[in-house]
Amino acid sequence: MFYGTSLTSRCLLGTAGYPSPAILSAAIEASGTEVITVSLRREGAGGQAFRELLSQHSRHILPNTAGCHTVKEAVTTAYMARELFNTRWIKLEVIGHTDSLQPDPFALVEAAKILCAEGFQVFPYTTEDRIVGEKLLAAGCQVLMPWGAPIGSGQGLNNLRGLQALRAAFPEVPMIIDAGIGAPSHATQAMEMGFDGILLNTAVAKARDPVAMAQAFGQAISAGHTAYQAGLMMQRDMAEPSTPLFGLANLS
Amino acid sequence: MQIILNGRPVVTEATELAGLLREQQIDITVVACAVNGQFVAKSGYAALNLQEGMRVEVLSPMQGG
Repeated sequence: MFYGTSLTSRCLLGTAGYPSPAILSAAIEASGTEVITVSLRREGAGGQAFRELLSQHSRHILPNTAGCHTVKEAVTTAYMARELFNTRWIKLEVIGHTDSLQPDPFALVEAAKILCAEGFQVFPYTTEDRIVGEKLLAAGCQVLMPWGAPIGSGQGLNNLRGLQALRAAFPEVPMIIDAGIGAPSHATQAMEMGFDGILLNTAVAKARDPVAMAQAFGQAISAGHTAYQAGLMMQRDMAEPSTPLFGLANLS
Repeated sequence: MQIILNGRPVVTEATELAGLLREQQIDITVVACAVNGQFVAKSGYAALNLQEGMRVEVLSPMQGG
């Protein structure tokens, strides 16, 4: 599904901001995710515990370039991640603005070109802009990750029409909604629209009960995907009785 | 000489990156390195000569979204 790797779960889970490693560990299990995202940072407190946690959970690792603002930073981080995690996958983030954490599409496309040419399998964190999507695909990306809303905002799908248009423009390209998901209903909505997966972190990590929320998201994503496959009914402007009129008694 | 290791000034006797990492007791199996913003592969640690003021970043897997 993603670069030739097929997955059972369509939930991709971030590992940051949980109350404890034990809760993160339980949330990974409860969500059913097979892909977890990680970052590269200077060794800090809990580094050893986190490495042990990663080795306990046999999940696909999707390293990110979070916090990178330039092509050079992102490319260097990607090389470091490839060596450290022994994976060609990279979640490519090139941030354009500190407040909105909005992707810088120009730097993103440039970095994607370099990394695809170097054999990376790039998961680009992008906007719903169709032209940027085209350029990323031309650069060699085989997955697109449009944002739902700004990272960590929990606002859901801010530009529904734009996301629908992007989905329709590239029906064969696997697309993951990355960022901005706040509630399981947001994730279900995206999956019902035909997106292929949801990458989220804060909505689970900052829930009152992250483990239960991880389970809720796993179910919501699965439900949305099943609904998409089942084919949603067309909406109508007017009511239509679901109970047949034929055979209705005359009781007047 | 003095180099900058993960943002902190460090005085080292080492002359190449491999020596610096040994001196700092860093387990090279759990890190990746960049020098002056450029990735350095593990196979290049021994050949990378340190210079005064070099910026060395030694990064580990950490939590991320």
